[in-house]
Amino acid sequence: MTAMTSDVPPALVLPKWIAPVLLLAFAYGVVPLIGSSYLFEAILLPFLALGLAGVGLNILTGYAGQVSLGSAAFMAAGAFAAYNFNLRVEGLPLVGSIVLAGFVAAAIGIVFGLPSLRLRGFYLAVSTLAAQFFVQWALTKFSWFSNNSASGVIDAPRLSIAGFALDGAVGRYLFALTVVSILTFLAYRLVSSQTGRNFIAIRDNETAARIIGIPVLKTKLLAFAISSFIIGVAGVIWAFAYLRTVEPDGFDLDRSFQILFIVIIGGLASIRGAFFGAALIVVFPLALSRLGGFLLGDVFDSGVLDMSQRIVLGALIILFLILEPDGLVALWDRVRRRLLFARQST
Amino acid sequence: MITDFDYQFFIEVLVGGLLSGVMYSLVAIGFVLIYKTSGVLNFAQGALLLFAALTFVSLVERGVPFALALVATFAIMVAIGIAIERTVLRPLTNKPPITLFMATLGLSYIIEGAAQLIWGTQVHGLDLGIEDVPLEVGGVLISQFDIFAAVAAAAMVLLLSLFFRYTRIGLSFRAVADDQFAALAVGLRLPLIWSTVWAAAGLVALVAGLLWGARLGVQFSLSLVVLKALPVLVLGGFDSILGAIVGGLLIGASEKLAEVYIGDYFGGGIESWFAYVVALVFLLIRPSGLFGQKLVERV
Amino acid sequence: MPLASYALGVMEASVYAPEVFARGLPASLRVEAQPEDRTTAVPAADAAAPLLSLQGIGLSFGGVVALAEIDLSVRPGEIRAIIGPNGAGKSSLINVISGVYRADRGHVRLDGASYAQVPTQRLAHLGVARTFQNLALFKGLSVLDNVASGLAYKVRSNFAGQLLGIGRSRGEQRDFLSRADQILEFLDLTAIRHRLVGTLPYGLQKRVELARALVAQPRLLLLDEPMAGMTAGEKSEMAAFVRAARDRFATTVVLIEHDVGVVMGLSDCIAVLDYGRKIADATPDEVRNDQRVIDAYLGVASNDEALSVNEGRAGI
Repeated sequence: MTAMTSDVPPALVLPKWIAPVLLLAFAYGVVPLIGSSYLFEAILLPFLALGLAGVGLNILTGYAGQVSLGSAAFMAAGAFAAYNFNLRVEGLPLVGSIVLAGFVAAAIGIVFGLPSLRLRGFYLAVSTLAAQFFVQWALTKFSWFSNNSASGVIDAPRLSIAGFALDGAVGRYLFALTVVSILTFLAYRLVSSQTGRNFIAIRDNETAARIIGIPVLKTKLLAFAISSFIIGVAGVIWAFAYLRTVEPDGFDLDRSFQILFIVIIGGLASIRGAFFGAALIVVFPLALSRLGGFLLGDVFDSGVLDMSQRIVLGALIILFLILEPDGLVALWDRVRRRLLFARQST
Repeated sequence: MITDFDYQFFIEVLVGGLLSGVMYSLVAIGFVLIYKTSGVLNFAQGALLLFAALTFVSLVERGVPFALALVATFAIMVAIGIAIERTVLRPLTNKPPITLFMATLGLSYIIEGAAQLIWGTQVHGLDLGIEDVPLEVGGVLISQFDIFAAVAAAAMVLLLSLFFRYTRIGLSFRAVADDQFAALAVGLRLPLIWSTVWAAAGLVALVAGLLWGARLGVQFSLSLVVLKALPVLVLGGFDSILGAIVGGLLIGASEKLAEVYIGDYFGGGIESWFAYVVALVFLLIRPSGLFGQKLVERV
Repeated sequence: MPLASYALGVMEASVYAPEVFARGLPASLRVEAQPEDRTTAVPAADAAAPLLSLQGIGLSFGGVVALAEIDLSVRPGEIRAIIGPNGAGKSSLINVISGVYRADRGHVRLDGASYAQVPTQRLAHLGVARTFQNLALFKGLSVLDNVASGLAYKVRSNFAGQLLGIGRSRGEQRDFLSRADQILEFLDLTAIRHRLVGTLPYGLQKRVELARALVAQPRLLLLDEPMAGMTAGEKSEMAAFVRAARDRFATTVVLIEHDVGVVMGLSDCIAVLDYGRKIADATPDEVRNDQRVIDAYLGVASNDEALSVNEGRAGI
């Protein structure tokens, strides 16, 4: 339950932990048995990576109110940092590389979060583009980051945890699922903690927050750090578990916007929302390509698909902003409440 | 090193930078127009610019005479501007500015997609009939095209300021920019004014689109020139046309100088982020920006 | 701490009798409140040493003088009203006291320490809390969380501890919530503690803001038009809460208000501003009869009702 939706009367809701536990049991116990490799490779892996990135951005933008247009930069930072830790630090376990990569992304997040101490709103949003362009440039320009490979391409190392190889589709799925679950759980804890409430306070009224003694500057930088940490780890999953081969250009401005769209469509200031949004963003192009191919046949080539995808995505954003500003998660809650209500009254 | 400093070369670089700065200002002015009246940072400005250039080129390639194509494109841009105002921004009146910004982000996706769906994705050359041969002015070589672009930009700024100074609707615009609430209270017709402003932004997009298109070729990446205008806006303020002009000149000049004189130390290609760093460093030193825009909220 | 003995729990009952304050307390019941002559030296008695004093405060915005040569001295436990027409500089004064603005001239003395600009970030630690003219609540948080956030300055646990629920964070959290709950009960807000503040009616939001300011038990409470935009009933209720809060927590109150009627009944002392200058500073009765005040602020109106109509929202 998030701060924005906590107005639901408690009587109607099951204990909070039941739904996530059932979901996890299904994700661990059932999905690996019945899922096809297409499901893992094309849907679940990008869903998990983007959902986690959405959680990270939501902490910064949805909760702490600092708009960032540079999320992909932190994904890239995480991915390339993990690659280099894994490559250059002898005997460092995979988990160690991931955690360290998260810290590298967090450090970069703090640096590019510094303007937030002075700037607000649009001025800040634009200044986060500096992170986007600088990181992408640095990773392309200095081949050290990609171990001197051509145009900065890196290949993911073999994934194994405590001797278990996780290289198959199911293995990578379980690896991603585990990392995402742990970080999402911690994110839930965070947003309902004192720190999370401080984030919301700064978002809703910065002057009042300062006057009641919330350390505004420190808290903003903390939001940048935590958010970048999570997005950085999402980048590791994107690179190591999903694509296996990435280049800096894969983390471009469009990727940043994609993550922002996930947050808007899913619901600002909602952890669940990030996954709702990610599901839509991952599934809708696939559905659109099927549908387009079915309806228009050969006319619907990849160029047309690409363009119509942009149009539909843009339209979706605007429609959500106009009709459902609290996102899919609000829509979902409303539908669920209506269903519950209908069941009770029959 | 100091003694062989080539002043003539330095001035050439500087002038080239200033002139390309004019091109940045051109895009930035489109933002300012919208921002001043409706408080929206219109990210779709770049997409509009692409749409204008693409439409114009495609019309010309299909045999439409130059002047007619220009008028037709302008009409289309005005129609699009008004349509945007009606369908997207009006339902979002009174929403937080950042929501409006995201709506224009969605808008830019729609326009970019539509532009290429309608006119195709291939790169078009755009010839405005200006030869890009260097011209010698006082011993300094300057691109003829750059001068043309600067003159066109200046003419457009002049036109806009005359419009806003001497026409009734222009005066209303200034009233709205000063205080939307008061303007509403005294009975100015906001929707008409907004439509006019979006139409004006369409004109700016057309001019900027043609000039940038002639320089870079008309293609998808044209819409990315917004990314050049944004640091200009951070520097000059989102609500100041003068800021957009001076900011553009500053950024253009410093970017070119940096590229030529220190770019090699970074391995080149620094223009993707340098403008942002200039803007941020400037704001760190002088938080109120070039012309003291209001960054402080009232309590 | 000399304040502690002042008024703890003096008049619990007053909460339940708001109508008394709406009409104004009879002078005999009022906590003694002699107008203070600001030019004389501070009295030797400890209890009378001012908690807050302003010395020669001047402030202007781009040539427009908002405050000029303002001196003010507020004793512990006092309820001090600052009134004046729109644009008289009342809000500017509160903003100077709370450090939101930096005065061009003069000093703010808080509890013995003197500041050119009061450090806003340390305000809560100095025992100062305030409310805002236009609500400044955190609308994405519940009533309880809003009020608990008034204790945020005391947080000593770090976010990692809060995340894992270890170290200080648990006890701290429990303490904050129970203190917030006490204040909610005190201000009769318990029934709505889980509502999002954004969904509450205006009058209740004002009261939640008061609760957020009170939860830290500040020694100095600054209220910027706490009753603006309220109905008469809500106003008298709010006045009762302000007085009860003073009595219960020994809080010194400085409040800005338009409604002269409410102020007369509530305050021990009233300072009147006009065009950024202080033109009077005395007991309600004296202010009521002060010719300069009548000329400047009360204008031609002859009774309190007529005055309270003037409720613009401008102000500097």
